Amino acid sequence: MGLQQIIFLLLLGITAYLAFKRYGAVKRNIFLGQEEDISDNKGQRWKNVFLVALGQKKMFKRFIPAILHFFIYAAFLLTQIELIEIILDGLTGNHRMFASSLGGFYTFLISFIEILSVLAFVATLIFLWRRNMLKLPRFHKAEMNGWPKLDGNLILYGEILLLIGIFTMNGADSLLQSIDPQHFPATGNLAVSSWLGPALFGGLEVSTLHFLERAGWWLHLLVILGFIYYLPISKHLHIFLAFPNVYFAKLRSRGEMENMPVIMKEVKSMMGLIPETEADASEELPEFGAKDIFDLSWKNILDAYTCTECGRCTSVCPANLTGKKLSPRKIMMDIRDRAEEVGKIIDSDSEKTKDNFDDGKSLFDYITKEEIHACTACNACVEACPVMIDPLEPILKLRRYEILTESAGPAEWVPMFTAIENTGSVWQVPDARDKWAQEFNANLEEEKQ
Amino acid sequence: MKVRTVAELTAEGKAPDILFWVGCAGSFDARAQKVTVALCKILNEAKVNFAILGTEESCTGDPARRAGNEFVFQMTAIQNIETLNGYSIKKIVTACPHCFNTLKNEYPALGGNYEVIHHTQLIQSLIEEGKLTVESGEFKGKKITYHDSCYLGRVNDIYETPRQILQNLDADLSEMKRCKSKGLCCGAGGAQMFKEDEPGDKRINRERADEIVETGAEIVAANCPFCITMLSDGMKAKEANVMVYDISELIVQSNNL
Ligand code: SF4
Ligand code: SF4
Repeated sequence: MGLQQIIFLLLLGITAYLAFKRYGAVKRNIFLGQEEDISDNKGQRWKNVFLVALGQKKMFKRFIPAILHFFIYAAFLLTQIELIEIILDGLTGNHRMFASSLGGFYTFLISFIEILSVLAFVATLIFLWRRNMLKLPRFHKAEMNGWPKLDGNLILYGEILLLIGIFTMNGADSLLQSIDPQHFPATGNLAVSSWLGPALFGGLEVSTLHFLERAGWWLHLLVILGFIYYLPISKHLHIFLAFPNVYFAKLRSRGEMENMPVIMKEVKSMMGLIPETEADASEELPEFGAKDIFDLSWKNILDAYTCTECGRCTSVCPANLTGKKLSPRKIMMDIRDRAEEVGKIIDSDSEKTKDNFDDGKSLFDYITKEEIHACTACNACVEACPVMIDPLEPILKLRRYEILTESAGPAEWVPMFTAIENTGSVWQVPDARDKWAQEFNANLEEEKQ
Repeated sequence: MKVRTVAELTAEGKAPDILFWVGCAGSFDARAQKVTVALCKILNEAKVNFAILGTEESCTGDPARRAGNEFVFQMTAIQNIETLNGYSIKKIVTACPHCFNTLKNEYPALGGNYEVIHHTQLIQSLIEEGKLTVESGEFKGKKITYHDSCYLGRVNDIYETPRQILQNLDADLSEMKRCKSKGLCCGAGGAQMFKEDEPGDKRINRERADEIVETGAEIVAANCPFCITMLSDGMKAKEANVMVYDISELIVQSNNL
C-alpha cells in the first residue's frame, strides 16, 4: 500500500468519524422536539419530494436565480458520481476504473458533468456578485450579520475550489492519456478538459503534469471532505435535509391550526358534553404552547435545520416589509441556534437529558414578544419557502405559550377575548346580533307600502 | 323576502337549503353590515332558500385562536357546533373569509362537519346556474383592481372565482404587482385587527393602499370585511379617492337591486 493510500484511508476514517458525531448531534437535536406522527398520505409526500425537492418547483417562481441554483445543484449532485471513482482510485490506486468498461457512455457522462460544472462555475461567480455587490435587501437583514453572511460566501468559494480541482485533474489527465496510456486510460474526447487541458497545461513537463493531476485529485477530495464536515454548522445542510423536510411537510390545510385536544376535552366537559372523567380533570393541566425547543415538534426543528437562509419568506412578510422586527427567517435561525446551544450543553454534561434540561434560558431569549406579536398569520412566508418550511407554526405556538401559560400578551387583546367569552362577539356591543336583519325586514315592509 | 332565522323556520317545520353565517363584522360593524345586506339582496334575487342563526350565532373564534387563546376559541367554537348540529345544518355560506376558513378547516376536528362556501363561490355558481345575471351597468370601462384576502386566497387557494365574477361587470380589471398567491395582507389577520401595529416604519394597510393607488384604479374590490376596514382606513390616511367595495356590493349596484 502506497503512502497516498494510507493518507487517504486515514483522512477518510477521520472524516467518517467526525461526520458521524456531527450528524448524530443534529439528529439528536431535531428529536429534542415533541413526537409527531407524520406517516399519512405517502403518495402525496413522495410527489412533493420529486416536484419540490428534486425538481425545485418552488424555486422556479423566480426563474433566473432558480436556473443558476439548479446548475450548481445538478453539478454538485452529478459530480458525486465521479467521486465514487475518485474514492476507488484512492483505495486501490487504480485510475479511472470505469473508463474502459463503460466506453462511450463514460465519455458522455464525464462530458456532461464537465459542461454542468462550467455552468455551475459561471453561476457561482454570479451568485458571489449578487450576494456581495448587488444590494438585494433580503441578503442584508440584521439576522444575516456575522456567520450567516460568511457562511453564504464560504460555500461559493468552496464550489470554486472544487471546480478548479476537477478541471486541473481532468485537464492534466487528458494530456497524460497520450503520454502514459497504461496508467491513464483513454476517456475519449471530453467536452471541456480535452481542449482546456492542452490550452492550460500543454508543453509542461510530464512530472509537472503528474503533480497537477494529483493536486487536482486531492483538491477535489479535500473540498468534498471539508463540505461533509462543514455542512452541519451551515445553512447548506439543506442539500440533504430538503428531501426529508419536504417529505414530512404539512399536508393538511394551511388554514387549520393544530388542534389542542386537552383543551377541547376540558371545555367539552365544562359544558357537560362529555363526562368529566374523560377530560382527566384530576390531572393538573400541562403547560400549553411552546417556550423552548422541547415544546416544538421535531418537524419544527427539522424545519429550522433545513432553512437555507434565503430570506424569500422575510421578503414577502407584510410585517417585515413595513419595518416591524418580525422576520420569519430569523425565527427559523433562532430555533436552530437554540437547538445547537441546548445540544452543546447536553454533549458536555452527561447528566443532562431532554427531560431534566434547564439552563435558565428559553426560545424567548432569542425571540422577543414584539416579534411574535407582529405576525398577521397571512401565510405568505409558508407560500414563499422553496423547501416547504412553515415559520408560522412555531410563531403561533409561542403565542399560545404567552397567552395560555403565562396569561400575558398584548393588553389590547383582552377586551376581544372577554367580549367573545361574555357576548359571543369580538366587540362588546349592546345591540342584538340580528339587529341588522330586523332593520332589513322593516325596510322591506316600508318598500311594500 | 324577509330574512328568517333557522329557529323560525324550524318552528314552522321548514329548513333552509343553506345557512348564511353572518359573522361578527357582518352583524355589528356598520360598514360590513352593508355587505351583509347586499348579500341578502342577491340571495333574494336568486330565490335562494336561506336563513341566519340570528342571536344563536357566536364568533367562530378565529381571532382568539390566532392570538393564541385556545380556551376562548374552543368555548365559542364548541358552542357554535352544538347549535349547528342541533339544527342539522349541512351547508353554510359566509361573506367573511376568516369565518369561512375556521368553519371549513378547523371545526371538523372539533366535531363540526359542514359544506362551507364563501359568498363569492355561491354568487359564481348562481351565475353559472343562470339564477343570477350580472348586468354590466355603471362599472363598464371603469378601472377596478382586486385585493386577494389571505384566508380566501393563499390559505384556501381561491383566486379565480372572484375574478370571474368581476369579469361580468365589463370593467377594466387591472392587477396589483403583488396579487394572487403573492398578494399582500391588509394587516388585519392574526388578530392584528384588535391591536395597534407593532413599532415599524409604516402601517401594513398604508403599504397596500399605496399599491392599490399605483394601479390607477377607481375602485378596489375585496372579499373580506376586515380587508374593507383596513383598506378604507389606508385610503383615508392617504387621502386617496379610491372606493373600497365588497364584490357583492358591486353586483347590487350594477344590477340596481
Ligand atoms: S404569516 Fe406572519 S411571519 Fe409569515 S409572512 Fe405573514 S406576517 Fe410574516
Ligand atoms: S424559511 Fe424558507 S424561505 Fe425562509 S429563509 Fe428559510 S428556506 Fe428561505
